Amino acid sequence: MLGLNQKDTKFLLIVVALTLLTPFLTQPFAESSGLAQFNAGYPDLMQRFAIYGIFAIGFNILFGLTGYLSFGHAAFLGVGSYSAVWMMKLLTTNVIPGIILAIVVSGLFALLIGYVSLRRSGIYFSILTLALAQMSFNLAYSVLTPITNGETGLQLTLNDPRILGVTATPDGSIPATHLFGLEMKSSAQWEVFGHLFTFNVGYYFCAVMAIIAFYLSLRIFRSPFGMMLRAVKTNQTRMSYTGLNARPYTLAAFVISGMYAGLAGGLLASMDPLAGAERMQWTASGEVVIMTILGGAGTLMGPVLGAGFIKYFENIFSKINDGVLHGWFAFLPDGLEDFVVFLIHPFVGKGWHLTLGLLFMLVVTFLPGGLMEGGNRISRWYKNRRNKGTDTDEGTPHAPKSTPHVAE
Amino acid sequence: MDTFLLQILNGLDKGSAYALIALGLTLIFGTLGVVNFAHGALFMIGAFCAVTLSRILNLSYETIDPEKKDFLGNPAVVKTTYVESWFGPEAGAWIIDWAVPLGILFAIPIMLLIGYVMERGLIKHFYKRPHADQILVTFGLAIVLQEVIKYFYGANPIPTPAPSAFKGSFDFGVLLGMDPNVIIYPYWRMIYFTFSLVVIGAVFSFLQFTTFGMVVRAGMADRETVGLLGINIDKRFTIMFGIAAAVAGLAGVMYTPINSPNYHMGMDFLVLSFVVVVVGGMGSLPGAVLAGFLLGILESFASMNWIKDILPGIDQIIIYLVAIIILLTRPRGLMGRKGVMEE
Repeated sequence: MLGLNQKDTKFLLIVVALTLLTPFLTQPFAESSGLAQFNAGYPDLMQRFAIYGIFAIGFNILFGLTGYLSFGHAAFLGVGSYSAVWMMKLLTTNVIPGIILAIVVSGLFALLIGYVSLRRSGIYFSILTLALAQMSFNLAYSVLTPITNGETGLQLTLNDPRILGVTATPDGSIPATHLFGLEMKSSAQWEVFGHLFTFNVGYYFCAVMAIIAFYLSLRIFRSPFGMMLRAVKTNQTRMSYTGLNARPYTLAAFVISGMYAGLAGGLLASMDPLAGAERMQWTASGEVVIMTILGGAGTLMGPVLGAGFIKYFENIFSKINDGVLHGWFAFLPDGLEDFVVFLIHPFVGKGWHLTLGLLFMLVVTFLPGGLMEGGNRISRWYKNRRNKGTDTDEGTPHAPKSTPHVAE
Repeated sequence: MDTFLLQILNGLDKGSAYALIALGLTLIFGTLGVVNFAHGALFMIGAFCAVTLSRILNLSYETIDPEKKDFLGNPAVVKTTYVESWFGPEAGAWIIDWAVPLGILFAIPIMLLIGYVMERGLIKHFYKRPHADQILVTFGLAIVLQEVIKYFYGANPIPTPAPSAFKGSFDFGVLLGMDPNVIIYPYWRMIYFTFSLVVIGAVFSFLQFTTFGMVVRAGMADRETVGLLGINIDKRFTIMFGIAAAVAGLAGVMYTPINSPNYHMGMDFLVLSFVVVVVGGMGSLPGAVLAGFLLGILESFASMNWIKDILPGIDQIIIYLVAIIILLTRPRGLMGRKGVMEE
């Protein structure tokens, strides 16, 4: 189906099912239970899962396949956001034109930056992308203020022309973003057995985009083009000895991942029509790097998992304060309770970035393949243990490897 | 002429900070071959060493003075710092006033220790891993250090003044026979520039004129051969990492009066210092110093009004622009050796 073999079709269908059922899956606890704070089934967060998933999938096409570590990808996200908001200011608040413009503009921008920075590889490439992105960030803050609205950020106003749409709604407010009349922020709620499920138009729009993005990345991974990109990562010198020029391939990968970032930026602006320069800062670029690595660079699901993991825990951790902690450890004797709360306190609430930094260091040090490698290790260990009793011949160490082993 | 001179002077203090941080980065890269994204965080920790020392010196105890009355008629509470009570009021006040320069003495052992622990505890395990992994793990470490500082000191900048003897400005114009108040330059910035020259000179002469430095230089050139000669080069490189950390820390200590330290100052300087290292040439110590001062001065020239009128926004991007041009035309930088990181 869709040009995929049976295994991949199954994989894609699972991903589709998981994405569409997210409003249920993220809401496992009843509203009245004490665990309701771990629910993540509200529109804003679910939209973020999908959007940052797209961003990370795109980054993974560049970093996971070619090994080029870009530290400036947030610039494309920012450019995408700005273009989408401009489209909504000038043309219509329908999200489709905005998103198309976001993808096109960020693609062109990526072509420009990629053309310059891909002349170098390794750490030089990282520093070049970092410098170029930081340059765009500085420009967005200062000289480009007429376009970006500087520190305030670009937003919709009541005097925008909006040629195809309306300047203001009949009651005199700014029109909401919509998809042919379906407002992004409208949602339906369904309460069953004390669980409250929210089905948000914006989330489902992002989810469909994310599924398309995932499908495209799956096709890229399985295509001869994807094979070329892997060859770039494995051994670029050998590749050029066989008479192939790596530059067009890496540039194509760079532009594609830039367009993914632009799509994510456009979606962010569609959900909440606001774009600020801080989206382009290099810490934002660092975030997508962390998402991809944490999930597992070079794997299909890894980046999505990483993005979901980080966005979920960012949200949960910032909600945990001392009161909540005291509630949890109330069963301990008083002195011990205070001590435990004192120990955990720096890592929760405002300390989320500390936890994230530590976690990231641990993953890079001990689990370079990220969560996906962790999962694989556990399942291999489990299989080995089960096989031991019945069949000793099929121990994995001697089985032929499915992919040829290559040195990094 | 006078504005020209003024811009050079203005560029020097930022250039000094760039040069010091870039020098440390290059030392680490040249010796251990590690790209240290946490170097900016070390600069920031240095600055917070000065903050900590000034807080320690300001610790005080309260006594009730029966002679004095406050405005309600109760006996007044008088705060006396421990330093003043130990050294007498005059010497104590002097010590508190000089907290930032004294911070140098306080910071050196701390930074050496942090550098040592960092190298032995973390960086050591990353020698054989790809550069991307080194960047990633040190990036994670930078986030952690930054958040720890934020946890203890809060998110707001903490003003830490220079000793009162160095407040005010020096009139350079008079010295050169110009009218007064044409070229005035704050004393502390002059001190900072001189200090950075002293530190840079010390590092270079340490490498050039001591046996230890000679071995380190030999190790930078050919690590294996030095190891085969029976010298424990790893141990010396670890010490060099500590020294690089101390250089960054000292740059931070002395920078506090110029810019109140906050927890993300390290990240701000790090990106620029990397650019400086690249412009100077990866692995070249003189290149890093030269590029640091050059880019600092260039940045201050670009912020002149008439240049900004022609090319708006140039002051924001000049450093990055130079770096991009250098990387594309001469990837080994101004003074880089051939073959180092040239891919």
